[in-house]
Amino acid sequence: MAHVISDETIEYVGILAKLELSEEEKAQAKKDMGNMLDYMDMLNDLDTEGVEPLFHVYPLSNVFREDVVENGDERDRMLANAPEEKEGAFKVPKTVE
Amino acid sequence: MELMSLTALELGRKIRSGETSAVEAAKEAFSRIRRLDDTFHCYVTVDEEGALRKAEETDRRIRSGELTGPLAGVPAAIKDNLCTKGIRTTCGSRMLEHFVPTYTAEAVVNLEKAGVTVLGKTNMDEFAMGSTSETSYFGPVKNPWNQEHVPGGSSGGSCAAVAAEECSFALGSDTGGSIRQPSSFCGVTGLKPTYGTVSRYGLIAYGSSLDQIGPVAKDVSDCAAVLAAISSRDPKDSTSVKRPPMDLSAALKEDVKGLRLGIPRDYLGEGLDDDVRACILGAAKALEEQGAVLEEFDLSLVEYAIPAYYIIASAEASSNLARFDGVKYGYRTKEYDGLHSMYKRSRSEGFGPEVKRRIMLGSFVLSSGYYDAYYLKALKTRALIRRAFGRAFERYDVILAPAAPTAAPRLGESLQDPIRMYLGDIYTIAVNLAGLPGITVPCGADRQGLPVGIQMIGDCFQEEKILRAAYTLEQTRTYVRCPAAQE
Amino acid sequence: MNRQYETVIGLEVHVELATETKIFCGCSTRFGGAPNTHTCPVCTGMPGALPVLNRQVVEYAAAVGLATGCTINQCCRFDRKNYFYPDNPQNYQISQLYEPICRDGHIDIDTPSGIKRIGIHEIHMEEDAGKLIHDEWEDCSLVDFNRSGVPLIEIVSEPDMSSAEEVIAYLEKLRLIIRYLGASDCRLQEGSMRADVNLSVRKAGSRELGTRTEMKNLNSFKAIARAIEGERDRQIELLEMGRQVVQETRRWDDNKEASHAMRSKEDARDYRYFPEPDLVPVLISDEWLERIRAGQPELRTQKLIRYKKEFDIPDYDAQIITSEKKLADLFEAASAICKKPKKVSNWLMGETMRLLKEREMEADELSFSPEHLAELIRLTGEGVINGSVAKEVFLKIFLEDVDPVKYVEDHGLKTVNDEGALQETVEKVLADNPQSVADYRSGKEKALGFLVGQTMKAMKGKADPQAVNRMLKERI
Repeated sequence: MAHVISDETIEYVGILAKLELSEEEKAQAKKDMGNMLDYMDMLNDLDTEGVEPLFHVYPLSNVFREDVVENGDERDRMLANAPEEKEGAFKVPKTVE
Repeated sequence: MELMSLTALELGRKIRSGETSAVEAAKEAFSRIRRLDDTFHCYVTVDEEGALRKAEETDRRIRSGELTGPLAGVPAAIKDNLCTKGIRTTCGSRMLEHFVPTYTAEAVVNLEKAGVTVLGKTNMDEFAMGSTSETSYFGPVKNPWNQEHVPGGSSGGSCAAVAAEECSFALGSDTGGSIRQPSSFCGVTGLKPTYGTVSRYGLIAYGSSLDQIGPVAKDVSDCAAVLAAISSRDPKDSTSVKRPPMDLSAALKEDVKGLRLGIPRDYLGEGLDDDVRACILGAAKALEEQGAVLEEFDLSLVEYAIPAYYIIASAEASSNLARFDGVKYGYRTKEYDGLHSMYKRSRSEGFGPEVKRRIMLGSFVLSSGYYDAYYLKALKTRALIRRAFGRAFERYDVILAPAAPTAAPRLGESLQDPIRMYLGDIYTIAVNLAGLPGITVPCGADRQGLPVGIQMIGDCFQEEKILRAAYTLEQTRTYVRCPAAQE
Repeated sequence: MNRQYETVIGLEVHVELATETKIFCGCSTRFGGAPNTHTCPVCTGMPGALPVLNRQVVEYAAAVGLATGCTINQCCRFDRKNYFYPDNPQNYQISQLYEPICRDGHIDIDTPSGIKRIGIHEIHMEEDAGKLIHDEWEDCSLVDFNRSGVPLIEIVSEPDMSSAEEVIAYLEKLRLIIRYLGASDCRLQEGSMRADVNLSVRKAGSRELGTRTEMKNLNSFKAIARAIEGERDRQIELLEMGRQVVQETRRWDDNKEASHAMRSKEDARDYRYFPEPDLVPVLISDEWLERIRAGQPELRTQKLIRYKKEFDIPDYDAQIITSEKKLADLFEAASAICKKPKKVSNWLMGETMRLLKEREMEADELSFSPEHLAELIRLTGEGVINGSVAKEVFLKIFLEDVDPVKYVEDHGLKTVNDEGALQETVEKVLADNPQSVADYRSGKEKALGFLVGQTMKAMKGKADPQAVNRMLKERI
């Protein structure tokens, strides 16, 4: 079954992924995503009834840290990468109206 | 003396014996980089000053007897998705063009402890998403065997740098074949260890459940030595595993008598280039002649690995790459209207088309109403693939396979049709889905004279077995230097 | 008109756990650092950084689950909740959706019509976000990640409450339990306990649930009560006008006593949860669970029963003392030393409570040791100091946890009841106040009180008033 990706879907996924595509990119994305999903539908042929999904390749469990403070102070070096900073904090466009 | 033509272990010996030094080795590496890298573009960033300072210190520590390991003083290149404190780390992306990490990846820390000199950071497909090293924001890497061809990807810069002798060895990362496939295209040896063997701390994640760091080198012994140096149970990586130390002297033996080799029949059929098939079968035959037991078998599920892989990898990537938002580091657009506009424009301008394609796909398959149909289904497929390998390893010690359907394609050929490009990963991605170790070793060339490697796959934690098979095969051949290496 | 409707309320309560370090890295959780000084690559979402789970978080979460009758999920996992916001450094929050650590618990609350059981749907572990500071000058926001990665548990109730009173009773009970466990200090004002209210209304007697809204930004019990009433009225009004309630998240503005919808086109509320590949499952073995269970402190209900049997104190005192674990701990420890529970209770109920109120402090901020309180009670009991000196010494104990024996010694506060030392003063007071002496002699009892007061004043309060009384009488 061929997947037809609507403009709304591309718009919606753009909101989720925080990507703003040009008209040209949107057209390409619709085509690519449709093709990929068609291709992925192949998995429907596979009977996975009763199969446990494999989240981790092997069964590691219970990896912990103990509750001991060990932070250093790397603030200035970290902030050196910030596009904008002010008074030791990361500066972003206003988040409330 | 052509120091960069030596293997890492040979060079290490000469440095320790005083015949040469870490500084001389690093200087020669930089002189080669200056001469060749404008052409091949293996590196995004070199750190000559830092490397020479480090090499001087290494020489002192070798003389004082403090550093005695086999890699002390050997110059190496690091894939640019491994964080290096104070050296910019770009992931081949405009997004991270000016990003300078505050810490060093654990695998690189381990190399530094072994006395390795870090020369710089190698070019790669943007965020490791690609099979050609053409999606880098900093321009494509060229194959040192033939500039018209790609080196493979995504660790194309690392593999090409080893082939062109712009370093002694390199680190790469492998999410779906990103070490093994370019190693084949560049005629070098590359190893993807069992998932969990090398700490991922400091590796800028693409597909977290698939990513593994591994060595790229001129031969199997170098790969084994580097693997031993970078493996560690790291308390900072919850998925890293405590393994008993590997017995490398046992692994690096020319002995495959009785070793059971299986070749999946489903890997040799349609889609595989005739020359590549001939190289693989020739290598298999060579091992059989050394006493290995060779058998063809049906692995099954092979075609399902690709959709399962692209669902899982894209889903994880869509989340892993969400942190690149123009707030804490990386690219921020110049003009925007409010927060969400800043997010969207920064990400749309900072990421290239292939990265955006995978983020879109990954966001879609995880979105409301599709999780079960795609993501969960892919994880169940992954479980079945794992089982299929489990059954195979009951009968075989090592599985032989191609690393790619063809030798290196021409530049610009692959990016036209994404699905065709993804199909090219068919022999490598199942290994990542199942967490297995795999190594590629050179085994011939196609009709154009481009190198072809054979992939050897082992069961989890069975690196010794694939190293032994790879080492034995290597002894039946001589290492062929690429034309660029001889410049 | 409200009588025709009933309100259905469920709560999502976030509680910051009292660990030393964050949930996935070794950064300090302490309040008050300069912006971004309690941070590292992990809690600022640096590329390549990976989370490692703090064991103590699991223990606290399981302890709260056990204390609220939950079933502990012995194989729980973490999931990523994906959404973009600047206080969320990775743009995903590590939380638990598919396999939370606790399920199916309950809390019993007292209501005017008897005990009511409020169901707990689940408790899950997650990381807190950073702080956004709004910069009025530059019209921008500033992000501080010091709180990013502080461990939280989210306690999700069933929609079993029907009034603000029940909600507050539930929250108070929950807070008491968690404070008893030492898992959090649960302060609403400081944000270490936060409640989001899910509320819907329906026609009385109807079985179907109405459309609910979620109310955020509730910083006090009063705000919660006001918000519940405001939202109930708003929804009823909508329905009465024949309009629909829209399922949405609303932000309560306690100053305006009104809420507004927090909606934006960019806010899809599609969180694309999937299992966190960077963390491995948490398996809680029977032995581990048993250890956590064995380490649980005695909770209030059990304490009240025991106090009735063990200590001779009024029920009212027991209620107050057990309302804060700190008070109960002080009470039990001091009583064990001095063997005078009633006296200990008096100090706690009286001076301690008075000083707490006067200084606007919470009981868990009390820092004096039970040994010093017990000593004080001994000194008073043995008549070494008198009552008014005891109060003065207690203030010092309350403030600085001084050793009362040393303090009394150093400041010469011992009661003087040796007659030799008092005699001189008593005789001087008598000589100086002939009128009062005459008054007493002529039957004015009050005059003696004045003379006692004068003597005490001259002795700087250190005299034993009874001895003074007796000596004055003997001499008049």
